[in-house]
Formats: sequence, C-alpha cells, structure tokens
Amino acid sequence: MDFPESLSCPVPILSHDTVQLAHGAGGKLSNEMIDKIFLPRFMNSTLEKMEDQAVLNNPGGRIAFSTDTFVVDPIFFPGGDIGDLAINGTVNDIAMSGAEPKYLSVGFILEEGLPFETLHRIVLSMEKAAKIAGVQIVTGDTKVVNRGSCDKLFINTSGFGFVPDEVNISASRLRPGDKIILSGTVADHGMAVMTTREGLSFQSTVESDTAALNHLVRDMLAVSTNIHAMRDPTRGGLATSLNEFAMSSNVGIQLIDGTVPVHENVRGACEILGIDPLYVANEGKLVAIVPAEIADDMLTAMKQNPEGKEAAIIGEVTDTHPGIVALRTGLGANRIVDMPVGEQLPRIC
Amino acid sequence: MKYLDEFRDPVIAKKILDEIHAVTTQPWVIMEICGGQTHSIIRNGIDQVLPKEIELVHGPGCPVCVTPLEIIDRAIEIAGRPDVIFTSFGDMLRVPGSHKDLFMVRSEGGDVRTVFSPLESLKIARENPDKEVVFFAVGFETTAPGNAMAVAQAAKEGLTNFSELVSHVLVPPAMEALLSSPLNRVQGYLAAGHVCTVMGWDEYDPIAKKYKVPIVITGFEPMDVLDGILHTVKQLEAGTHIVENRYARIVEQGGNQPAQALIKDVYEIANRKWRGIGEIPVSGFKIRSKYAAFDAELKFSVGDIQTEEPEACISGVILQGLNKPHDCPAFGKECTPQNPLGATMVSSEGACAAYYKYQRIMND
Repeated sequence: MDFPESLSCPVPILSHDTVQLAHGAGGKLSNEMIDKIFLPRFMNSTLEKMEDQAVLNNPGGRIAFSTDTFVVDPIFFPGGDIGDLAINGTVNDIAMSGAEPKYLSVGFILEEGLPFETLHRIVLSMEKAAKIAGVQIVTGDTKVVNRGSCDKLFINTSGFGFVPDEVNISASRLRPGDKIILSGTVADHGMAVMTTREGLSFQSTVESDTAALNHLVRDMLAVSTNIHAMRDPTRGGLATSLNEFAMSSNVGIQLIDGTVPVHENVRGACEILGIDPLYVANEGKLVAIVPAEIADDMLTAMKQNPEGKEAAIIGEVTDTHPGIVALRTGLGANRIVDMPVGEQLPRIC
Repeated sequence: MKYLDEFRDPVIAKKILDEIHAVTTQPWVIMEICGGQTHSIIRNGIDQVLPKEIELVHGPGCPVCVTPLEIIDRAIEIAGRPDVIFTSFGDMLRVPGSHKDLFMVRSEGGDVRTVFSPLESLKIARENPDKEVVFFAVGFETTAPGNAMAVAQAAKEGLTNFSELVSHVLVPPAMEALLSSPLNRVQGYLAAGHVCTVMGWDEYDPIAKKYKVPIVITGFEPMDVLDGILHTVKQLEAGTHIVENRYARIVEQGGNQPAQALIKDVYEIANRKWRGIGEIPVSGFKIRSKYAAFDAELKFSVGDIQTEEPEACISGVILQGLNKPHDCPAFGKECTPQNPLGATMVSSEGACAAYYKYQRIMND
C-alpha cells in the first residue's frame, strides 16, 4: 500500500515504540503522546488551549449533533483506514441533515502494545480527512487498555454543525412522486473490507469509497433547499436506508432494475460470494429524496461534484405498497427489497 | 460483466418468455432442482410472468435446507468443545439446531469460523497444531470435490488435527425418490447445472426413461432458467422425455473426470437422511474407511446424537414440491428469517427464505 504522507511526515521520536498502559495514565508519557502524535496533526486555536472542554461560539439556530464509534477490522484496507473512516463517518451523519459540519471530538481507545508507527499513520489520515471535509477537531480523549481488551484501536468521533433555517430534511418527509437519487456506486466499502479481511484477491483491487459528503450536500442545497430526505447508506446498505424511509413516511418505494450503479469488480466479488450489493455498506455515498420537479437539476449539480459524478435517479416514491421497497425486474415482475436480517453470509455454492 | 450480462438481457429474456407462452397449451408442473435456480426465479419474478398453466415447484437442491437437524446438533456439540476450531461455509452458521445455532456457540466462546473453501480450514489446521480443526462438509456433488480434496491433502501432509463432519447428499436419488412417491406431481425437471458440471448427465438418462419425465440441464441466470423452462415445456407438449443439456457453456456429458476421481477416492456412497424428507437409500456420501482418521463423527463420537424435527415446520413437503411456502400456517408468523423453524427459512437458497425476502407481501 502506498502512504506518501508517512514519507514526508516521519513517525515522531518517542521514548517507546509501542503504546504502554502508562500512555493512558495522564502523566508524562500521556503528555508526550499528545504533544508529539495528536497535537501537531489536529492543531487549531481551540485545541491549542488544552482545556478539558472546547468552548465554541454559537451562531444561533439549529444544531445537528451526531456520534459514531469505529471498530473496523482490518484497520487498514484498500482505499482507506479506520482514521479517515472515523472523520468521514461523523461528518456525513451531520451533513445528511443539511448542516455544515464544523467541529469534531475524537476519543481513542488504544490497545497496549499498538505500534506508534500505526497510530501515527492513522492520525495522519485523520488530519487529511478533516482538512478535506473542512472540520476542526476541537477536543479529544485517549485511553489505553490491557492487551486483548480491544483490537488494536477503537475510535469514537462526535461532532456538530449548523442547520440552515430553510432546510428540513427528514425520513418522514417522503411524498408520492418524489424521485430517488443515489450519489454513485454502491457496495465498495463493504466489499473492500470483506475481501481484505478474508484474504480474497481479485484481478483488480476493490477499494473503499470512504469520503466526506458535506461539499456535495452544499452543492445540492445550492440547487434547492427542498430536499425531503437524505441518508448515507452505511451498514445494511442502500436497501436498509430505503426501507427506513418507506416505513418512516408510510409510502412505497419503487426501484428500477439496472439503475443502481455498481463497479464491475465489486459486482464480480458480490457474485462470487453470493452477496447482494444493495445490502453492502457504503462510506461515501448518499441517497436523497427530492420532489420530481427539481430532480433533473439536482442530478446535474451532483454530477459536477467529484463525490457525485456517477449519481443516478434509481426510482421514485409511490402511494402503492406503503412501507415496502419494491424493484421492477427486467422481466417486468415486481419483487420486494426487504430489510436484511443479520450480517450477509457467503453461500455454499 | 462478461458471462453474466448476456444471460440477463431483458430483451432476449422476453423473447424466450413469448416463446414459452406460444408453445404452452395445457397445465404442467415443473420442478427446478437447485436452490440457486429457486432464488433466480423468485428474485427475477420469473414465476410471475410465466403462462398461468405452468406451475414451478421448488426442489430439494439447497444443501443447507436438507442437512438433517441431528447433523446440525452434532456440529454444535463439536463446535462447543474448547479444543476445537470449527470451520464452515457462512450460511450454515444461522441454521437452527434443536436448541441453538452455530452463531450462538460462537457467542458462548466457541471458536467458530467462516471459511470460503475447505482448503482454508487445512491452513488453519497447519497453523494451530494444538487444536482440532473441523470442517463442516455439506452440500451436493458441487462442493464434494473441494471437500474431498481437503481430506486427501490432509492425508498427504500427515495432518492429524483436521477432520470433516460430512453431510453430503446426491441429486439423482432424490429425484427418483420424489418421482416414485404416490403424491408426486412433478412432470418435468430443470436439472441443477452445477451438479452436472461435476457429474455429467449419464445418471439422468435412466431416470428420464423410467419415469417418462423430460430432464433439462439448466443454468442460473434468468435467461438460462427461461430457456430451461421453454425446452421442458416443448418436450412435455410433444410427449418426449429425454435429457437435454441447455447449460452447454459449462456442462459436458462426462462431467469433470478428475473431480469425480477425487470424490471416489475419499467418499463412498451411503444412505443419508434428508431434513424434512427422511432417509433416502444410497443418496449421499460418507468418508471411506481408509480416511476414517479424518471423520469428525468418529473422532468426536457424536454419531449417536439423534434429533426429531419440529412439528410445525412443513419444509419437508415444500422440498418435495407438494406445497408452497405460503401454504404453511407458520410462514411469516411463527417462522421468519429472524426466528426460523426450519432450514428452508434460513438459507439464502431456501424456498421459504426466497418467498419471504422477495414476495411476502406481493402475494398476500
């Protein structure tokens, strides 16, 4: 894997090569880790004060607040790592409300013995992701646990942003006739992690789509603030988000077969493993429900943003079969796209 | 995607469908053998667009579904032991035994791992010489060569900590058992394309002749399935009953000879119990005595675990094509994928799971 950042930014020299329990004990070693690993990468005027809390200006209006915890295994995978995932995940959860994400907190749980080289790589990746998203890490925490009490490292990020007054995005606002727009290909992240975890190799590497979507959302809101609903379909995939929409608004959703974009290599991996891409996690995609009259303009604007260049209209909201997501097959038959029951399991043959 | 998209082309599929409508003059009952075909039919809605005269019934070709409850209980017993790493294909983990499934064994501390190939289990065995590594060898003729190879390879390497819990079943004896039942309604078969890839089709000629049923070797994509149905209906309408290979891009008459030799070396034909159907003579494989050291049933002495099926589950009649999942009073009520009474509701290839997943409400 190529990590050019680590070349330009070598691991700081610390008194230990790996994380010790004492690094979480609040003494000199804790300070050394914070000063050398975290502060230089996350620095901003709020964090610099090193208070127990971040004190921030409140511009008034509504706040969108979200939290997420990241325990992905493996911590490095093609296209990303647990670090950029932790930033992008919370940024996207905030952005799905139409808010501009501003500030994040970061909590690390580190396993005793974790190499600082690994932690440094992850922190660099978080720095880069935060920069791209335009968010500041303004407060944080680190705990070290005994070897075996966690798997390498877990990261929690929380954050908030400010919701523009005229925006009202909610899973309960779907109306019959609305169009469903997907920002790009599905299943990239889940298949990248699964193929890495299981040591499966294909002719071309399946890469995670981890990305911050707040700039794409900004471009969409510039077209119209009347976006009815929006989610980033992570765990459970697109099918789960659409089922949640259909149930919250008590409307039907009708998808058109063949309109959901899937990368060829991801499709291949899914075919081999017997997994439906509609149920696989994404980390850099959104699905938006918009009134039909603005759908085409919205799609055009999305396609001009790098995170939306493969955007497509994949179906519409109906007043038939409320609470159900259905897909019209190539043969003209209709089938249900149900909620998944548990994790998807590769089949026998 | 090459080799897939051209067999999913809706325009060509509709042409085949039109032809099926044109040749059908009377009611016919056709069984697709393989669970993969069942899923393709339900997923693509093929059953919804066929002429109303044609009834598709879903056959027993789902390895997860026909693995008897007592084998699951034996697997659970072995997997719970502290010295064991139990390895399995993913979709066996959620199949309910009498009291729990393999996922629950894992949450209770058992070392249960998903593998994609039995050769992965061999690797785990090599890396963990102080543990007993067991592979759950289930399936039809399709998975048998790989599973046989794992045993042969373990023997060659002298690995003493690897064994297989075998529950292998064979398609042709099940087809015969269904046809010879007084309740049989099946008039034509879509034979399982991938089983024939391994075994060829010589075994099917005597069945077609004896029971006067057309047998059409069929693939899994929508066009494959429609094409298989078309050729079965054509035979039924014409009154012929021969074996036809409509999956010729993969299947050859003699099948895969090296794979067959490998199976024959490791396994021998045995009577096997089928979940919901009961014992069918000479319908499966067991490990030959020369490889007895790799037989987990002997190694862990679990052969005496016997279990009865829950009464509410009618998966047996569904697997025989006598009823549809909707006909079961427990379907979608007491029995759901979250809380399955029988394996047909668990497996991604099970008829009940397919109906629940894709057509639960449309058909209410």
